[in-house]
This record gives sequence, structure tokens and C-alpha cells, in this order.
Amino acid sequence: MTTTAPDARTYEAVFDATVAADERIEPRDWMPDAYRASLVRQIAQHAHSEIIGMQPEANWITRAPSLRRKAILMAKVQDEAGHGLYLYSAAETLGTGRDELLDKLHSGRQKYSSIFNYPTLTWADVGAIGWLVDGAAITNQVPLCRCSYGPYARAMVRICKEESFHQRQGYELLLTLSRGTEAQHAMAQDAVDRWWWPSLMMFGPPDDESAHSAQSMAWKIKRHSNDELRQRFVDICVPQAESLGLALPDPGLRWNEERGHHDFGAIDWDEFHEVLRGNGPCNEERISRRRQAHEEGAWVREAAAAHARKHGGTPGEARA
Amino acid sequence: MTSADWPLWEVFVRSRRGLSHTHAGSLHAPDAAMALRNARDLYTRRSEGVSIWVVPSADITASSPDEKDPFFEPAADKPYRHPTFYDIPEGVRHL
Repeated sequence: MTTTAPDARTYEAVFDATVAADERIEPRDWMPDAYRASLVRQIAQHAHSEIIGMQPEANWITRAPSLRRKAILMAKVQDEAGHGLYLYSAAETLGTGRDELLDKLHSGRQKYSSIFNYPTLTWADVGAIGWLVDGAAITNQVPLCRCSYGPYARAMVRICKEESFHQRQGYELLLTLSRGTEAQHAMAQDAVDRWWWPSLMMFGPPDDESAHSAQSMAWKIKRHSNDELRQRFVDICVPQAESLGLALPDPGLRWNEERGHHDFGAIDWDEFHEVLRGNGPCNEERISRRRQAHEEGAWVREAAAAHARKHGGTPGEARA
Repeated sequence: MTSADWPLWEVFVRSRRGLSHTHAGSLHAPDAAMALRNARDLYTRRSEGVSIWVVPSADITASSPDEKDPFFEPAADKPYRHPTFYDIPEGVRHL
């Protein structure tokens, strides 16, 4: 803050003390502009990831192998939509409207997690996404339940509760395939081979190259570094893969007694940056599908608005 | 009215009989009936509630965080409103 007004400095001191005391910042509290901007960026990217993440899985709804699997998958995709809405609401408490955020997603000015730019080629991919992609998301999100911004933390509590079903259904799906026929086992292994490395990239660039990490940690938006969470995820996955009877595609993966952690191979960050730049296998498809869904849903929004007008009782309209 | 103008509603959910409604979150909807339906889909997918209230956010009057201290100050210097304020000899029961 460059302002010299005495009360601005007081506000900043109150903000700093609140964060230092591990208390939560709430929507109408004073907060530094950069804190607000950083939260909007992170929450928007998170919300966009939830709704774009509906696409790769929805791809398999009509081809689910049983009614049970189909019902589960529909419930999961519906949850992702719900998670997007919780997060858009949290972003809105910071003064950024939902339409503005959707515009930025549709025009490519805001990003979503690069993991969703990979295709779901087989049914086993639905399992790999649940186990690995949702597993990585949970590892990232559990600490966010203690984020310094109240509405974001509360949305994350709700999301984390729901995510555990996502991860378990994926694991169960893969286990079924792994213990099935030889072809089913091979399909499960192929899915894990393709999703393992992109899942590790979900934690973001290494700590020394992460643009926003240090400030986010100081503000207690983030509680652990990218590398720390990535290591935690690897350590969790190794025994889970063993129980699945599937191999993780990394010849460098081994237990390091001294560190008390698994060592793992080098991540192909060139691939990560390429996908981030828009050159992943499905970037175009995801955004154009999202725009199409938004445009094709216009008549529903118009009909709802017309109905509200006709029957009155729209408090917002009177005030608008 | 485009969706951008849809009012914001605050959602309160009673999780079971005997408990009060508590704030669950917010959503946009063109009218109260749609707000209720959306709230059901968004906040009670796992039987989290037996009753829902939706309230237009703009109708909520809130205390300002800026006046937090003076506003709530009258309660701060009245410790005698708490039972722990009083000295009672040991051994006196049911008090």
C-alpha cells in the first residue's frame, strides 16, 4: 500500500494480525488489493477446472459398462458442476461477477488445470481420473480447507467431503479391471501409464519456479509448497498401486530410507508448459465445447427469466 | 433480464429436525422458486437437509466489519453476565 492515510495503515495492521493469528478473512474485511487479485485468480482457475473437468468424464456416460457405473458417473459429473458453483460463489464474494469469470474462461484469459486437456481414450481412464486426478486434487485441496480466506476455505470443506467418493469409485473401478480379464488388466495399466505423469504435474511447477507460491504461503492461502504436496501424493500412491496390482510408469521410483520418502523420476516440464500454452491434445475441444454448452443453454436462461418476469416476485429485478 | 442480472440468494439449510437453519452458501436464480430448486440440487445432493430457506442477499442487513469493535463493545465489560463471574463456596451443589 502506498497510501499514507492513517486508517489504511490501521486496516493493513488488522489484516496482518488476523492472518498471523490464523483467523479467517471474511468478504467485507479490508484486504490488500493483491491478496484479493491473487484469490480471484486462484479460485477462478479452480472453478473453471471443476466445470471443464466434467467433459472428459461425461465422454463415457453413455458407454458406461453397467447401470451401476453409469449412475455413479452421472453423480460424479454432477458433483463437479456443484463444486464449480461453490467456487464461483466464493469468487463472487470478492466482487468479481460470475459472467465476467465465464467470459474470461471462454476467451482464454483465465486458465483451468492442464490435466483436463488430456483425452479419455478408454473406460479405464474414468478409473484413472478418479484415483489419480481426484487423488492429486484432494492432496492439494485438504490444506485449502484452512486457507485464510473464509468463503474459499468453507467451499473446500464441502468439496473435500464429496471428493472422497470420487477417488474411491475410481480406485474400485480400476481394481475391478485389474482383476478382470487379461485385456481389462492391460486397459487399466495403459490408463495409469498415461495419467500418472500429468497427475504429478497437477501440483504445479517446482517450488523454485512457482510464480505465486511464496506470497500465497505468506498470506496463508497456500499451506504447503508444490513439491511437498507432490511428494506426499507419490508416497500415498505407491502402496495403493501395489494393492491394485498395477505398476506406476516410472523406473526411477524407489523408497529412499534416508529421506523417508520415495524418490521419483524427472517430470517433463516442457510437456506441462506446452499444454499450458494451449498445445495439449484437447485444449481447443474443451473450450469450444464449453462455449457451445453456454450458448446452447441460453434459451433455458431466457425462459427462466421470462417466467420470473411473468409471475413477479423477483426481488432482484425491482432493485436492479 | 439476462442471467447476469439474476439476483444472488443466500441459502440456509436445516440438516434435521430440532436444529436451526444454518447458512450453506449462495447461488443465482431468477426467482424464489428457481432459487429453492437450485438450492436443493446444489446443497442437499446427499440428504444434507430437511428444509431450505432462500433469502435475497440484498435483503440482508449486516453489521459493518469496520464498526466491529464499538458495535460489540457494550458486551465486553459485563463479565457478570457469565455464571463463572461468581464465587461460590466449595461443596455447594446444584448451583
